Amino acid sequence: MAGRVEGKIAFITGGGSGMGREHARLMAEEGASVIVSDVNEEGGRETVSMINGKGGQGLFINFDVASEAAWQAAVNQAVSTFGRVDILVNNAGIFMMKMMADTTEADLDRMLNINVKGVFYGCKHILPAMQKAGGGSIINISSIYGVIGAPAASAYQASKGAVRILTKSVAVEYAPFNIRANSIHPGVIRTPMTKDLMATADSEKAILASTILRRAAEPREVAYPVLFLASSESSYITGAEIMVDGGYTTV
Amino acid sequence: MAGRVEGKIAFVTGGGSGMGREHALLLAEHGATLIVSDVNEAGGRETVSMINGKGGQGLFIKFDVAKEAEWKAAVDQAMTSFGRVDILVNNAGILIMKTTQDTSSEELDRMLDINVKGVFYGCKHILPAMQKAGGGSIVNISSIAGIIGMAGAAAYQAAKGAVRILTKSVAVEYAPFNIRANSIHPGVIRTPMTQDFLVNEKTEKAFLGTTILKRPAEPREVSYPVLFLASSESSYITGAEIVVDGGYTTM
Repeated sequence: MAGRVEGKIAFITGGGSGMGREHARLMAEEGASVIVSDVNEEGGRETVSMINGKGGQGLFINFDVASEAAWQAAVNQAVSTFGRVDILVNNAGIFMMKMMADTTEADLDRMLNINVKGVFYGCKHILPAMQKAGGGSIINISSIYGVIGAPAASAYQASKGAVRILTKSVAVEYAPFNIRANSIHPGVIRTPMTKDLMATADSEKAILASTILRRAAEPREVAYPVLFLASSESSYITGAEIMVDGGYTTV
Repeated sequence: MAGRVEGKIAFVTGGGSGMGREHALLLAEHGATLIVSDVNEAGGRETVSMINGKGGQGLFIKFDVAKEAEWKAAVDQAMTSFGRVDILVNNAGILIMKTTQDTSSEELDRMLDINVKGVFYGCKHILPAMQKAGGGSIVNISSIAGIIGMAGAAAYQAAKGAVRILTKSVAVEYAPFNIRANSIHPGVIRTPMTQDFLVNEKTEKAFLGTTILKRPAEPREVSYPVLFLASSESSYITGAEIVVDGGYTTM
């Protein structure tokens, strides 16, 4: 049985750990060749080793998504290696827990540079490659914090809200080119980014307070929705938001 | 390779034509045993023949989803035949295109009886079976008309809005029992229900409204999202809304 993204070329940012690694691995298990990017070279190379070790095809590119020039070079490298890109998962991002009054200009710049410009440049430079390939699917990882309010995460919330709506803009602009764009909104997922928030049973319980499934998700539980949106099974879904939050935003 | 819902027992209402038939066929292709219900006996039996003809296992039950006693009897029959139910797709529904002031009390009653009570009773009577089975997944078919305003579909909108929020109520109440509940919101799909609106290019263009993909969907494009929500691949998704509308509600 052929994989669900057999023969596709997928580009995944922040693939060196956590959710990004899982997205890359599942995509490879389902037949895609995967370009893994990260600023964490060791993690990124390890993900690619895992993919290659299972008979898949992976390429690691070390670059900073906040740099437009670096994005352009990375897309050029991907296209010269594989000839095209069919799937982009803008997963790279940072988290910052600070009240608005405590957020410095440098904090805000760093947040917007990585979480917003990183996604914007990714779309901007992959889109011509997808147009040439005759279509594609872009999956931007936003957050439930791009949908509802939360305390002490104002810069993160601003960035994830931007990703949520920027995705719809891409969907509308590039629908005529057979390119779909959707956002995924994870709730509490067990990753390196969130491990401090779940360091104790008490802190885990507090952060899960309104998650109706009363548990954190494993990264693979987000990787499957990503695969679904990447594949042709979601051919009529574009500009949409998929909440993967165990019901956090349901109550 | 095992199917994505291998060995599961799935109950699909309105399975005699259009989207419901396609949901039943795809779930069966992925290894589920199907209970297909419809008031249209010929259509329902034909769907089951198609399933059985491909080596699947299907059972047709003719009943009216608007009648609670019939729901109860149907669930009893399903339990007697298969021992449990893991997946419920509340797909049966009708469309009435009338403005608020032209909608008679009989029309409103008929709409709410089938599209709201039919879904409510389905959840109500399947839930104990799912609790006994240790969990389950309910997929309620709402509509984009349950999210945004449209002209001339007042009763339908009320009904689909009810389904949208009723689904969240089930998700919250039954999360402790490992039962997930989500709604799907199709846009313009090519089915017997919509064929009058898609008879020629001009009506099709008008009916497509702001669909950014500029085409109606085939039923299978909704069945894949149903399969995704029915399977364990969506294990962290509950109380959510999946909009399958080619970007209709994106702008």
